[in-house]
Amino acid sequence: MNKLIDGTLIARDPETVWEDEESLSATAGIGAKVLLDVLANEGVEVIFGYPGGSLLTLYDALLDSPIRHVLPRHEQTCVHAADAYARISGKVGVCMATSGPGAANLVTGIANAYMDSIPIVIITGQVPTHLLGSDSFQEVDITGMTFPITKHSYLVKDAEDIPRIVKEAFHIAGTGRPGPVLIDLPKNIIAAEVTDPRPPKVSLKSYKFFTKGNSGQVEEAAKALAQSKKPVVYAGGGVITSGAGPVLRELIEKADIPVVTTLMGIGSVPSGHTNLLGMVGMHGTITANLAVNDCDLLIAVGVRFDDRVTSGLKHRFATKAKVIHIDIDPAEIGKVIRTQIPIVGDARLVLEELFQKVIPPDIPEWWEQLRRWQKEYPLQYEQDGHLNPQTILETMGKVGGENAIVTTDVGQHQMWAAQFYPVRSSRQFITSAGLGTMGFGFPAAIGAQIAKPDRLVFLVTGDGSFQMNIQELATTVQYQLPIKIILMNNGVLGMVRQWQKMFYNERFSQIQLHANPDFIKVAEAYGIPGIRVESPEQVETALQKALAIPGPVLIDFIISPDEVVLPMVPPGKAITEILGGNV
Amino acid sequence: MLHTLAVLVENNPGVLARISGLFARRAYNIYSLTVCQTENPSISLMTIVVEGDSQVIEQVTKQLHKLVVVHKVSNLSEEAVVDRELALIRVKVRSDTRLEVLQTVDIFRGRVVDMGRSNLTIELTGDEDKINAFIRTMRPYGILELVRTGKIAVARSDN
Ligand SMILES: Cc1ncc(C[n+]2csc(CCOP(=O)(O)OP(=O)(O)O)c2C)c(N)n1
Ligand SMILES: [Mg+2]
Repeated sequence: MNKLIDGTLIARDPETVWEDEESLSATAGIGAKVLLDVLANEGVEVIFGYPGGSLLTLYDALLDSPIRHVLPRHEQTCVHAADAYARISGKVGVCMATSGPGAANLVTGIANAYMDSIPIVIITGQVPTHLLGSDSFQEVDITGMTFPITKHSYLVKDAEDIPRIVKEAFHIAGTGRPGPVLIDLPKNIIAAEVTDPRPPKVSLKSYKFFTKGNSGQVEEAAKALAQSKKPVVYAGGGVITSGAGPVLRELIEKADIPVVTTLMGIGSVPSGHTNLLGMVGMHGTITANLAVNDCDLLIAVGVRFDDRVTSGLKHRFATKAKVIHIDIDPAEIGKVIRTQIPIVGDARLVLEELFQKVIPPDIPEWWEQLRRWQKEYPLQYEQDGHLNPQTILETMGKVGGENAIVTTDVGQHQMWAAQFYPVRSSRQFITSAGLGTMGFGFPAAIGAQIAKPDRLVFLVTGDGSFQMNIQELATTVQYQLPIKIILMNNGVLGMVRQWQKMFYNERFSQIQLHANPDFIKVAEAYGIPGIRVESPEQVETALQKALAIPGPVLIDFIISPDEVVLPMVPPGKAITEILGGNV
Repeated sequence: MLHTLAVLVENNPGVLARISGLFARRAYNIYSLTVCQTENPSISLMTIVVEGDSQVIEQVTKQLHKLVVVHKVSNLSEEAVVDRELALIRVKVRSDTRLEVLQTVDIFRGRVVDMGRSNLTIELTGDEDKINAFIRTMRPYGILELVRTGKIAVARSDN
């Protein structure tokens, strides 16, 4: 349709150019049907959802859709599972919940995906349009509630908009810096006829993102690297999202420079790689932290200088370094740290270009220094005959093979997993980093196992976190998901206890989980076998036994509440003040 | 320092909430905000006066750009602009001050738009300084009510 505005012919090209019509199976029908058709055309294979009044028409239409629906036991699981599905598969994850309480139950998970820049599309039911704004039954303003934690959102007021909105939602969620996009669908809208189900090509004039970095800047970066004496690459989640892991590895090998990763960047360089100094930040390795502190060139890729890395002390972080910051989100550049060489673009494309231009710097003294630190401050733990969490993780790495997926909950067990599980590749270690959401791990394991039915999935959880979504044992059984649940059972909210121990004079407050159930009996009540492990000798056999069982298994590892995660940069302290290695 | 941002946004429900929410969440200080239609009915113009140093303004601009509803952000403080504000002011008058007030209104090129027995309502347009100056002069008489629109601005043509 062309439009005449003030005598000028404005070509409205987006609405006249249709997708290749033959590839579309969408036919006219009610909103619910058209929605599912368009989702199927987007390549959606599975929706994690939970029904309710406002979605009855959609659930009815679902019976005739090829899309698989997974029904967890809580909406929070729907969104976390979609999140993990996206992290594992690289596709956009999809979840769905009814209006009011259903939608509200998604909020934590939406925030989680937003903080870690994960592409998901969230579909919520809503009260009929004529009741909107009247405090009607099960009405919440979910778009309003989620403005700060969505990349974008839609409240659909006209069923004819459904095809366009769904297409836009997937485009926005999955491109640029990915993130959650919410579509709120009033009950009458999904029941209304859609006459034209063909989605127009996406044309969003106000939505832009960079892909290729500025070549002049990449040239500058290459020059800075060639001249540097103490370079370090600081790699984050953006490396994984953009698929830059392999080229990052080639780059650090060609230039022979050291690399540290964030919690989100774990797996971007395989564990054990000689150039990898480990994780940086609060529970990172001492070498990684000292390297960042001492470097003269910091090559930050797909990171956002989170305060778990910088301690929130921008004036004491990498103060001697020139900073190259490569990120797809221009707003991240200069947000926390002054950057000398900003490069806005897709991490993979930028690193590929940098790889072409790179001249290896001559840095034998730097490597000598780094190796000295590594020798002096290895990541270690006391093996005193007790059952150490670290042993469990190392053994899991041994028996689980190269391809096992690990999802974690939040707490000490998460940090031990980040430190000690040998992650070999991108999209293998799934954790709630930015939001630190207890209860994420089990839903994430479900999403991961649905995305990769043939891969081994370990859930590393704590007794506190596990009980935040323990009801998903039922989902695991219903969908026969062979998740191996590694429960680090210390009887306490361990991480909180650690802070009280270290920074509050051991004044322990509300960290005892006194009435913990017998987790094995709980598992067994769902038909899931359980194994209890209390000594280090039992670890390997128990893991092997669990792996030999075809379905889900829970291993209840009884560990001491007194264990602490070390090293640790105390809150608000510079990374040189790291504890646990006598720096 | 105050910066005037002209932000072209989609004319949809919820847009104002998205923008104001962004400012609130990131603790950017809005000094004034006006919303109006443009010649394109699907686009609105927000004129936002925000306080901050150049680094803050750079972040504000970048964060605004990230919103899908935002089409364009221009920092008018960096350009030559014409800016105006409109104020409606009701001032107390007595028989012995009425003339004085009317004369001042004249000097400031304001207009009396309503008149009661003991008060006058004055309309005044101008830049911020002029309106502030007028308000200062009226204060001794007793300001009963004061409404200001906040700033709107356009860039000056280059020739
Ligand atoms: C939803 C939520 N509530 C509270 C917290 C604060 N918190 C962080 S770690 C932690 C304790 C976790 O306990 P558990 O899951 O048993 O793990 P552990 O530290 O004992 O390994 C708490 C309460 C959080 N991160 N998330
Ligand atoms: Mg615990």
